[in-house]
Amino acid sequence: MGKKSFALPYVVWMIGFTIIPLAMIVFYGLTDNSGAFTLDNVAAIMTAEHAQALWLSLGLALISTAICLLLAYPLAMILKSISKNRSSLIVFIFILPMWMNSLLRTMAWQTILSNQGILNLVLEFLGLPTVQVINTTGAIIFGMVYDFLPFMVLPIYNVLIKIGQDKVEAARDLGANGVQTFFRVTLPLSMPGVVSGITMVFVPAMTTFVISTLLGGGKILLIGNVIEQAFTSGSNWHLGSGLSLVLMVFILISMAILAKYDPEGSNVV
Amino acid sequence: MKKRIALLLALVLTLTALAGCSNAESSQEGEFTPGENGVVKVYNWGDYIDESVIDMFEAETGIEVVYDVFQNNEEMYPIIEAGGTVYDVVCPSDYMIAKMIENGLVQEINFDNVPNIEYIGDIHMESARAFDPENKYAVPYTYGTLGIMYNTNYVTDEEAATWNILWDEKYSQKIVMYESVRDSLTPALELLGYSLNTTDQGELEEATQMLIDQKPLVYAYVMDQIKDQMINEEVYVGLAYSGEVLAIQEENPDIAFSVPEEGSNYFVDAWVIPSNAENKENAEAWINFLCRPDIAQMNFEYITYSTPNDGAVELLDEEYLSNEDVFPDDSVIERCEVFEYLGEDMDQLYAELWTQVKAASVN
Repeated sequence: MGKKSFALPYVVWMIGFTIIPLAMIVFYGLTDNSGAFTLDNVAAIMTAEHAQALWLSLGLALISTAICLLLAYPLAMILKSISKNRSSLIVFIFILPMWMNSLLRTMAWQTILSNQGILNLVLEFLGLPTVQVINTTGAIIFGMVYDFLPFMVLPIYNVLIKIGQDKVEAARDLGANGVQTFFRVTLPLSMPGVVSGITMVFVPAMTTFVISTLLGGGKILLIGNVIEQAFTSGSNWHLGSGLSLVLMVFILISMAILAKYDPEGSNVV
Repeated sequence: MKKRIALLLALVLTLTALAGCSNAESSQEGEFTPGENGVVKVYNWGDYIDESVIDMFEAETGIEVVYDVFQNNEEMYPIIEAGGTVYDVVCPSDYMIAKMIENGLVQEINFDNVPNIEYIGDIHMESARAFDPENKYAVPYTYGTLGIMYNTNYVTDEEAATWNILWDEKYSQKIVMYESVRDSLTPALELLGYSLNTTDQGELEEATQMLIDQKPLVYAYVMDQIKDQMINEEVYVGLAYSGEVLAIQEENPDIAFSVPEEGSNYFVDAWVIPSNAENKENAEAWINFLCRPDIAQMNFEYITYSTPNDGAVELLDEEYLSNEDVFPDDSVIERCEVFEYLGEDMDQLYAELWTQVKAASVN
């Protein structure tokens, strides 16, 4: 058996599960019911409802990504600074929830945030006014941050621990203070991790439909929901595929922008 | 390398042989082993059967049941249409059955294999003609009405006698609607005095605008979660199918149900056999089993949707039969309308209108 035959399963995998499905989406997206070529399904993104859903998805995904980054970077710095044993315990605890089904975890937040939920029970017990969080965009952002935070922490942490202490010390020797060292040495060197993290949070946040359904009460329509409904209840695969193509273009553009900030091009996600 | 593969193959062969042995042994015990008479692939609504019925069916017929569920008709249809997953027997609602018949997705049932059809009341076979004109394709499983479910601690019976309550600002954020376009359009169409089967774009847009106006008052658009939200008193009033009420009342006795005076929808859910079914006779055995009075009674007592099975009704307690929510009297049925299948173009229009409602901003 030559080396080439080892690659065969992967080739079969890529053709069967990436190329063919992608070709089908392109085919459905660019045809109508009778099979004739049309751009209507792609142009459908211009209708008021669809465009609004796309912008809303983009906005919520950007906010969630920014919050994840702001939470994850300091955490990764802390993890880097403490001893290996303790940091692996903390990383383990962070990853632990990911071993559970994300649908279940999101449903748990539904129970916590709902009007009669745990959060409001606690507020009531403390004599504070209750809040309505569930079924708002706030709840969706919350769900996204919770679900995707580990995907931001891990790549940043992995890059940070590889930055040798000697580089930081060299900067300090040459007269840089702590702030300067961070912005001119640590941060630029950790960019590949940051870029990976942003991609791994932004893309699922942009395309999710589960989080918005469960925590938005079906009242907030993201582009993922529009596509899901086109495939399921609307039974219009052409529209769903056309909109998926638009979404794909959006994600490609955002990844191209990100790649500019990744000096070594080592972002593999 | 080759040796390893040979070893692995030998291992697999041994294991399968062993598995074969154990199967043969258990079938000698007299009772059927599920699967020895083939399988039947069932596609039903979620929470729409007493699950012990499935075990009984397997034990009595030796047919293994592969059981899947769907949330609503619109989700079920594309799956059957695509044919990627083949089901032998499915339980859609009236208008969806009409659509499936029109598009040739279901086949005629051989009623020689379904002798228990005699227990289904004539009146129900009659109303099934609305979507299956010659009673060739469908066997009624349940029926009911769409109405308002409300919590009597917060809402009076008079308020709940009209659909207007769903637009009452007093109940802002305490109203739930169904995540299903035709059900949610029903109150608006009834209040406007239009048919539930209207194909007039102007009328539909008017009704859609009502739903958009209503949206700031709505807590959520959901399906099965309505039950929990009503029981926990997260919401006080919502759309509901009559069959949900008994189960909910068991958990929270303050919940009541009404079919508003403006009128509403009357529905029938029935079993059909898809054209591409691979185990038609097993599907017929399944339908026949569910038509057996004692089985229909078990299912009714579990799912509490009214049963069209006269044999089962005879077995029921008076308490159930006198409950008008479950077994509505004729005056209620008279003001209700069965959903008809309106054609592909209308499906698209309804889907677009629903997207407009869902996309409308809440603030």
